[in-house]
Amino acid sequence: MPELYHQTIAQLSAALEAGSLTSVALMQAVIERTEAVEPQVKAFIHRDAEDALQQAHASDERRASGNSLGPLDGIPIGIKDILAVKGQPLRCASKMLDNFVSPYDATVIAQLKAAGAVLWGRLNMDEFAMGSSTENSAYMATANPWDLDRIPGGSSGGSAAAIAAGQAIATIGTDTGGSIRQPAALCGVVGMKPTYGLVSRYGLVAFASSLDQAGPMTRTVEDAALLLQTMLGKDPLDSTSIAMPKVPDFRAELKHRKGPWKLGVPREFFGDGIDPEVKANIEAAIEWYRAQGSEIVDISLPHAHLSVPVYYIVATAEASSNLARFDGVRYGHRSVAVEDALSLFTQSRGEGFGDEVKRRIILGTYVLSSGYYDAYYLRAQKVRTLIRRDFENAFETVDAILSPTSPTPAFKRGERSNDPLAMYLSDIYTIAVNLAGLPALSLPSGFTSNGLPIGLQVIGKAFGEADLFAVAQAYEQAHNFHLVTAEL
Amino acid sequence: MTDKAHLDIEYVSQLARLDLSAAEKEKLGSQLAAILEHFDALKAVDVSGVEPTAHAHAVENVWREGDRAGPVYDPEVLSSMAPESRDNQVVVPKVVE
Repeated sequence: MPELYHQTIAQLSAALEAGSLTSVALMQAVIERTEAVEPQVKAFIHRDAEDALQQAHASDERRASGNSLGPLDGIPIGIKDILAVKGQPLRCASKMLDNFVSPYDATVIAQLKAAGAVLWGRLNMDEFAMGSSTENSAYMATANPWDLDRIPGGSSGGSAAAIAAGQAIATIGTDTGGSIRQPAALCGVVGMKPTYGLVSRYGLVAFASSLDQAGPMTRTVEDAALLLQTMLGKDPLDSTSIAMPKVPDFRAELKHRKGPWKLGVPREFFGDGIDPEVKANIEAAIEWYRAQGSEIVDISLPHAHLSVPVYYIVATAEASSNLARFDGVRYGHRSVAVEDALSLFTQSRGEGFGDEVKRRIILGTYVLSSGYYDAYYLRAQKVRTLIRRDFENAFETVDAILSPTSPTPAFKRGERSNDPLAMYLSDIYTIAVNLAGLPALSLPSGFTSNGLPIGLQVIGKAFGEADLFAVAQAYEQAHNFHLVTAEL
Repeated sequence: MTDKAHLDIEYVSQLARLDLSAAEKEKLGSQLAAILEHFDALKAVDVSGVEPTAHAHAVENVWREGDRAGPVYDPEVLSSMAPESRDNQVVVPKVVE
C-alpha cells in the first residue's frame, strides 16, 4: 500500500469506514508530509493545521456515533485560493486581496462541508486565475513535483502540485480555459471540468462568468466521480447553474459502462506545435482504445484553431467587467496616497493588480470599447457559435473525443513569462471545450523520456459526465500511471 | 477588423480606471500588438447569419417569484472589510465639492 498521503479517497474512506484509520491520523500524516515537502513545492498560500485537525476530530466523532456523512467524511481536500471559505483568507493570489477574509461559504464549499470533507489550506494559483504556469501568483511560484525547476501548469497549479506531492488527498480547482486540466496533465493527476452550469459559481471569484467552472482534481477517475457527485446541482444563488435532468450515481455507473465506444479524434489537434513525445503518447492511447474494441472516428473541428483568439477576446472582455469591482472602496487594496475619488480607483488598481491581470483588463476594455466592440467582441461571440456547432456535429456520431490535454509537457520556470502569446497557446487544446460549455477530463497517460507526466484529454457531451468518467477509467485501470508517484 | 495601431494605451487605461507606469505602458503596448495580430485570424471567418453565443447554454430571463428575505450580514461584518470605515460606513475621498 502507498503511504496514507498518496492514497485515494476510495481507499481512505474504506479504511475510515472499517475503523482501521481515523481522520485525525490521516490529517496528521498529510500535515507532516506537507511540512516536509512544502519548502520545495510551495503549493499553499495559507494553511491552518490546527483548524484542519479540529475538522478531522469532528469527523471522527460523527463516525463514532454512527453519523458518518458518506465517502468524503474526514478526507482532507485542498481548496484553490479562489473559492470562499467563511472565516478563511481569500487572496486569489493577488495583492489586491491581501487582507481579505471571506464572510461566507461558496456553494461548493457548503456542499463539501455538508459531506464532511476536511477543508485543508488555500492553494496557490495564477493571480485571479489568469495564467497557465502559476508564475503569476503575487506570493510565490509553485514547483512541479516531478521536476522542481519546471512549472506545475496553471492556473490551478497549487491544486495539482499538492496532490502529486502528497499534500492533499484531492483538491478543488477552477477551469476557465483549461486551468484544471492543463495543470492536472503536467503534474500527472486527474482533473475534471464539468459541463458549464453543473456546478454553482456562487462564491467563486469571477474571472470570465460564461466560462468559469469549479471541478475536482484527484488521483483517480473514481475519486473525481465521488467529488463531483457532491458538487453539482441547481443553486438559487447562481442563475446560470442548471439541474441535471437525472443525476446519475457516477461511481456506480462506472461499473455498468464498459464500452466499447465510438471515440472521435480531431485531426486539428495533432498538427503544428505539438511535442513529438506527447503526440506519440496520445496516438498510442488512441490505439489502445481501438485494440479494446472501440471504434476510432476521424473527426474535424474546423474552427478549433480559432479558439485562442476567441477565448482571449471573450474572457478578457468578461474579466475587465468582473474585475471592475476591485476599486479600493468596499474591500481589497486601497492606495494610501490618493487625492480624489478617481485616483482612489486608478492607483488602488494599479498597485493591487499584477502584470497579467493588467494586460487582460486592458485587452478586455479595448475589445469592448466604442468602435471596436463589433470587430472584436461581437465577431468573437459569433465564432464561438461556430466552435460550439463543430462539437455538436461531432457528437452526432461519437460518444467522446480524445486529444492531448497540453501540446507540451511542463516547461521550465521563466521560459514563457515574457511571451504572453506563447503562454496563451499552451491552452490550445483545452479552451474550445470551455467555449462550447462541455465537460472534459485529463488523466495521466504516461511520461516523456525525461520523466515528465503527459495527460490524455477526454471530452464528453454536455451533461455526459457518466460516460466521460467511464471512458477515462477504462484507460486508467489498464495502465495504472496514477500509481507512479513523484520522488521528493 | 480595425488596425492594431489604434490601441491607444493611454485612453484604454483611463477607461479601465487603471494606473500604469510609463514602463508598463511601453511593455504592454508591444505585447498587445502581437496578441492583436493573432486576433486577425478571426477576420477571415464568414460569420454572416451566425448568432453570437454569450453563454454555453441558453439562459432565459425569468420573472422573479417575489423577493424572499435571506440571510443578511451585520453592518459590522461588511464595514470591517472596507479599507477605511467609520460608524459602519465606508470612508472615501470627498466626491462632491
